[in-house]
Amino acid sequence: MSECIAGRAKAPNALTITDKEFFYGHKACAGCGGSVAVRLIMKVLGERTFTVVPAGCISAVGFMYPQLCFTNNALISTFAGTASMMSGIAAGAKALGLKDFQVLGIAGDGGTADIGLQALSGAIDRRDKVIFVCYDNEAYMNTGIQKSGLTPLGAKTTTTPAGRNIRGSRTRKKNMFEIVAANGIDYAATASVGYIPDFLNKINKAKFVDGTSYIHVFAPCPTGWGTPTYCTIDLGKDVVDCGLWYLAEYENGEFVLNKNPKEFTSVKDYLSRQGRFRHLKDEDIEQIIRDRDRKWEIIRKSWKTKKN
Amino acid sequence: MISAYPITPQTTVVERLSEMVEDGSLKSEFMHVESEHSALSACMGASSIGARTFTATSSQGLLYMAECLHYASGGRFPIVMMNANRSLALPWSIYGDQRDSLSLLDCGWIQVYAEDAQESLDMVIQSYAIAENLKVLTPVMLNLDGFALTHTYEVLEVPSSEDVDAFLPPFQTPYKMDLNSPKNMAFSSGPGDNMQFKYQQHKAMLDAIDVIRDVDESFFRLFGRRYGGLVEEYRCDDAEMVLVTLGSITGTCRVVVDELSQEGWKVGLLKIRFMRPFPEKEIMELSRRVMAVGVIDKDISFGYEGTVFTNVNSAIAKARTGILTMNFIAGLGGRDISRQDIRQMFLHLQEGLLGLEKNSMQFINLRVAIDE
Repeated sequence: MSECIAGRAKAPNALTITDKEFFYGHKACAGCGGSVAVRLIMKVLGERTFTVVPAGCISAVGFMYPQLCFTNNALISTFAGTASMMSGIAAGAKALGLKDFQVLGIAGDGGTADIGLQALSGAIDRRDKVIFVCYDNEAYMNTGIQKSGLTPLGAKTTTTPAGRNIRGSRTRKKNMFEIVAANGIDYAATASVGYIPDFLNKINKAKFVDGTSYIHVFAPCPTGWGTPTYCTIDLGKDVVDCGLWYLAEYENGEFVLNKNPKEFTSVKDYLSRQGRFRHLKDEDIEQIIRDRDRKWEIIRKSWKTKKN
Repeated sequence: MISAYPITPQTTVVERLSEMVEDGSLKSEFMHVESEHSALSACMGASSIGARTFTATSSQGLLYMAECLHYASGGRFPIVMMNANRSLALPWSIYGDQRDSLSLLDCGWIQVYAEDAQESLDMVIQSYAIAENLKVLTPVMLNLDGFALTHTYEVLEVPSSEDVDAFLPPFQTPYKMDLNSPKNMAFSSGPGDNMQFKYQQHKAMLDAIDVIRDVDESFFRLFGRRYGGLVEEYRCDDAEMVLVTLGSITGTCRVVVDELSQEGWKVGLLKIRFMRPFPEKEIMELSRRVMAVGVIDKDISFGYEGTVFTNVNSAIAKARTGILTMNFIAGLGGRDISRQDIRQMFLHLQEGLLGLEKNSMQFINLRVAIDE
């Protein structure tokens, strides 16, 4: 734990987390990982939070007048303007002398890694005290499962169809975690809805950071992925255990790996559970495993590891 | 809260403002953003919790904001923005015309055009009083002709901070995100509700007409200067031919109207100050008193005519006076509009009245012959 964060209030756990709901009555799909993430984030940050949500699933399911689902202050931003609207709120609050509040942004993978990236970079550059959360379900789900910059290699989306000539997405996920680190961010972390205590801890840490925080939470989408609605949390665990996602932090200029599996579970099993990967051939899966191994070699060589 | 991204010829404004924030003479946050889209998004964020906001842009930057312009007016955020009127690429041009703001006439912002430096300054102050009026709650775009108003020096009266504070107390609104009374703002609405919101926006813009006049009057009582609401008439009382202007070209037109009046012509000018809300009543009323109206457009809606002309003509059509109207496209991409050019416009109007000129639209000082 870094110096600036040490000594602050502990993260809530299963026993201490509030029963209060801040994102309630929305119409997200059954098994939606994104809405689980939002619910948990709000429980940690609490009612004195200004929440900014761009165009995307969360605004579509929770923000249709007169059914407005945030019990705290919240608004929809332009798709590209999540981070700049957050910065505006923070600056306005400073000008008006408000105290003891949080400014939170919750954007999807497209709203973060594609159209929202420029404004996010601006907020990090200014070191505005805001928390930007990317809930990553690996495609533009709200508009109907189109490929985003965070869609993984081989995934079938409605704009990367799996056919005889091309088998799903031909590009790999942008590395958002390291992109924000390269911007010189104060605190960044990866998380997954499959590892909730870790996620709560990171949200809680972000609360006390004197600068910009970025949390990238892996959030499965049954509708877009072709998975059963009861598998969301399990898939969120599986992806970390098989090494296609990792739990890490960046603070004080250092990368820290939070979970370093001795042995990975089967990538093939993780992929074959999902309709979006069902078309993959063995050679495609081998490529995905090679990519994973190359990444982990770098991580294990150059990042600090922490037991948990 | 000031948030801005640099673009020529807006830069003088944000440079001076950042100096004023630095030396403490202006109490404000100054946010450096990475684009105009973010500049206006940040203003909306600050405005959503009740802070007073300002930004400034021009041309390409204004267009880059286009999404946010509609967003800010739909969200009823009373932001004030200075736009330095400048031509649009392609071809690239940093020089002045009014195609940038006029192409965004429908974005739901109040649009005001200043004639000189004093009016520019005074209208910044007035714009907040108009935008923040709870009957209005509509953002204001204050347009200054690029270079003509942004990069020239004029002697002007700068009101004292105390007087401005008295005229413009801190912004108070119940329509904001509030830690003691949380709200969800900037939401979606379905077909069952959306149109009512759009009507309210329209109604607020119409209600702004009275507010604009009232603000101008109370400004006059405190500062001794007034501009006269949506339009200003100049020598229109016994005029037969009137030229309609927008922005800094008005100054040159005043001189030509004076010269022609001395030569015995019955001419006047109508300076449109606000393009939205539009001075429909004033133009209908004028059309009952005059024989011909010419409109200078430093813009063009390609394939039709100048946008100011379209708007003026529509008002005159409603008055059913059937007077002669002509459109003069001039000054595109910063081309100078000389006194001689303005004389030429009045000559065209006169020839039109005599039946010698049939074309309702003229390109002034085009420098190429048009093959009819």
